Amino acid sequence: MKNILKYSFAFLVVGLIGCEPEFENPVTDDGFYNSGTADLSKFVAVGNSLTAGYSSGALYISGQKNSYPNIMAEQFEFAGGGEFTQPLMNDNLGGLLLNGMQIAENRFVLSVDANGNPGPVRLEGTPTTDITNKLSGPFNNMGVPGAKSFHLVAPGYGNVAGVPMGAANPYFVRFASSENATVIEDAVSQNPTFFSLWIGNNDILSYATSGGAGVDQTGNFDPRSYGSNDITDPNVFASVYSQQVDALSAGGAKGVLVNIPEITSIPYFTTVPTKVIPLDAATADQLNAQFAAYNNQILPGLVGASVITAQEAALRKIVFSAGQNYPIMTDDDLTDLTQILQGPPFNLPAQTAGLLGQLRQVNANDLIVLTASSIIGTTPDPNNPQGIMGVTIPLSDQFVLAASEQARITTATNAYNTTIKALADAKGLAFVDSKMALSQLANGGIPYDGGMLTSQFVTGGAFSLDGVHPTARGYAYISNLMIHAINSTYEATIPTVHIGNYPTITLWNN
Amino acid sequence: MKKFTFFAVFVFSMAVTYAGGYRVSLQGQKALAMGHTGVAVINSSESVFFNPAALVYLEDRLNISAGVSGVFSNIAYQDTETGANARSDSPMGTPLYLYASYKATDWLTVGLGVYTPFGSEVKYEDDWAGSHLVNNIDLMAIYIQPTVSVKLSDMWSIGGGPIYAIGAVKFNRNLNRTLTDLDGNRSNVTVEATGISSWGWVASTLFTPADNFHIGFTYRSKIELDADDGTATFQNIPNSPLTPFKDTSIKAGLPMPAEMTVGLSYDFLDKWTFAFDFNRSFWDAYKSLDIDFADPNIPDSENARNYKNSSVYRFGLQYDVTQMFTLRAGYYLDESPVRRGYFAPETPRNDSNNFTAGLTVNIGSHLQVDASFLYSHFKEVDASYDYYFENDVAVPFKGTYKTNAFVPGLGLTYKL
Repeated sequence: MKNILKYSFAFLVVGLIGCEPEFENPVTDDGFYNSGTADLSKFVAVGNSLTAGYSSGALYISGQKNSYPNIMAEQFEFAGGGEFTQPLMNDNLGGLLLNGMQIAENRFVLSVDANGNPGPVRLEGTPTTDITNKLSGPFNNMGVPGAKSFHLVAPGYGNVAGVPMGAANPYFVRFASSENATVIEDAVSQNPTFFSLWIGNNDILSYATSGGAGVDQTGNFDPRSYGSNDITDPNVFASVYSQQVDALSAGGAKGVLVNIPEITSIPYFTTVPTKVIPLDAATADQLNAQFAAYNNQILPGLVGASVITAQEAALRKIVFSAGQNYPIMTDDDLTDLTQILQGPPFNLPAQTAGLLGQLRQVNANDLIVLTASSIIGTTPDPNNPQGIMGVTIPLSDQFVLAASEQARITTATNAYNTTIKALADAKGLAFVDSKMALSQLANGGIPYDGGMLTSQFVTGGAFSLDGVHPTARGYAYISNLMIHAINSTYEATIPTVHIGNYPTITLWNN
Repeated sequence: MKKFTFFAVFVFSMAVTYAGGYRVSLQGQKALAMGHTGVAVINSSESVFFNPAALVYLEDRLNISAGVSGVFSNIAYQDTETGANARSDSPMGTPLYLYASYKATDWLTVGLGVYTPFGSEVKYEDDWAGSHLVNNIDLMAIYIQPTVSVKLSDMWSIGGGPIYAIGAVKFNRNLNRTLTDLDGNRSNVTVEATGISSWGWVASTLFTPADNFHIGFTYRSKIELDADDGTATFQNIPNSPLTPFKDTSIKAGLPMPAEMTVGLSYDFLDKWTFAFDFNRSFWDAYKSLDIDFADPNIPDSENARNYKNSSVYRFGLQYDVTQMFTLRAGYYLDESPVRRGYFAPETPRNDSNNFTAGLTVNIGSHLQVDASFLYSHFKEVDASYDYYFENDVAVPFKGTYKTNAFVPGLGLTYKL
């Protein structure tokens, strides 16, 4: 009797462990979600830093795990998606080494200084990712930070020998299949069934972040002659971009294309106000007295001599008042007066002439870059307390993106985007309008289940501490845009993510 | 007493529990096999719990009952919008009970009970979709109840006694949906309080209008278990003055709600007994699960629960097959105390249908082996918890839940 009881009890216990509750329609069942007319079994993502998961000024493991292609791939798994591998960095610091020498800085973290003020600082620590330690690929995430459109088809872009002179890319060096392989070749050789392509941002971005220090190469069809901060010719972009789309879709793969946002609304350009110089009445009067001769005699004289137009003279007037003021700057789009001012009738000393040569005051149409915040108002020469950046020393061109420079960016962006949209339509590919999404972020924000996602620096949630790249939450939002586009184009039902579950900036004191 | 308390805590530290809210109805194998009815049943020292007034009518001078249940409870969660899905990985719970009664005189019986009417143990995978609400929780309360039972007449008795309750809780959740350290590890907090104690009472009465018919009534008081010196341990906190989270002590309170039971039992056709119990649990005492951190820099944690009073309808049947065997079966409908919009994943309870069965085997005239089995069936439910806030914005946690529980149990009864 006792044994019967004992055995039946044991039987019950064993039997019950397997009795898990089952949903009528489990989300994990095949067919609950579907990929429609797309085949997600082999997904390859091609692009630049945005595709790689770059954030807060660096590429690092936790950022890569929240890259939009990786988030998409996790959701793709519900609808037939396969494994998704990434060339993960070696640490969460983010810096790069080349044979032990550091060639890229660590990530930014939000740190509190001695006065209790929070601000971005580089995370301390010695990075451990040496680009000479090659990873064995291939990798589904082919995002290469820093890549411009034409780099993706450039042989040798992953050759370590080319890194010191800027001819090759340290990130691609880590996982290129060979020294001469192109990014597109390595992507296509994986025989993707599905791809994403988001490239072209850097074709205008470095021009913008350098405050327009580069050259607009529109009309120059030879990218080998471009400098790193130049704007790529739209025909060059169109040519290489269609080449890439053709290559990726050659095997019948479906995909998603993403256009280029208007980058002037990212926090890198919108955080520092143009009226950034606070002055009291006495100082303003004193400064105005110093510029009185320039404003009232030199500028009208130059107009009279037909050296500059009345319009340029008005732009070049320097006027301060009590309260917040625009800083002064050097604008290389102005007529260079340095030589003229040294001659008669002005006969100014070389130093003063040099100061006034391309001088104007920043105005409401300009944008001051994020990195200027650390130099405006400083006195670079400790022996000369009168030499104040932005007040008596003009900001150099790299700190201000002038209205004229913004116009070039807009023109190029629109040209690239026309190409991208036309190709998406022609090939029946899914299309994401990231330009519209970014403008929504900057103008009112995008509501989500935990509040509003905006492009406000630090607090808005969408942008990381470099002011250019998204946070994990921003990337999650991009993933949802991609999935929505794929669902509507290919009649798929891939689930989206809750973007509020993804982190924003990292707090850390070194 | 102190020694005994220690022993009880030790033995019951494995105890785990299951039912509406964090109420666990596993207080006796005989009663459980009959749908956990017992307020009007006279058959063992299990009456220490179900109705102390019945003890005085037990035939034997000494009655001791002890038992253990194995609780296998499972929760499945999914969110069709995102594909998020999770299954609880809760360990088997083993709640125990021990009752003894001793007939001191013809009209007075004394007794003692140790049992676990409240508890909850749920364990999800860390960092699952609802990890900002709970990663895991282990809550239990042990009631120690000295009891007297007084016969006022052959038809009427009263009983009751004080209850000394001991509680312990351990609870871990992520601080919010996003905060991590440098390496992306989610920031979380473990709140722990042990050795919480408090007093309550139980009172009951039993009427026997006819030999084969009993009517019972039992009321068990609310017991507020207040932890005054629990601990909060924070993990994976970023090194920053902008995050105030440092290990500190906490205050928290959790009510063990009052419960009232009325019921009847009816013996018929010589060998059959039918029992019906109606429980009313006064869950409205559970307004909110609040944690007050001693460190003033850490914002207190307020988690609205707003439970409502709920009822359980219990039906049981007993059949004496032979001298040796008694068979039992039962059913009860357990109404959830959880209101719409307050469905929190640490106790994901909707109304349940519960089916029970069991038997007693007499081994000689002094010893009985009692076995029972309970299956709790919950309907699949779409539910949400709407009172989690991020920067003053409500962030509902919603999804589909499907839960069940299997509870085999064994007990021994010794009579002299």
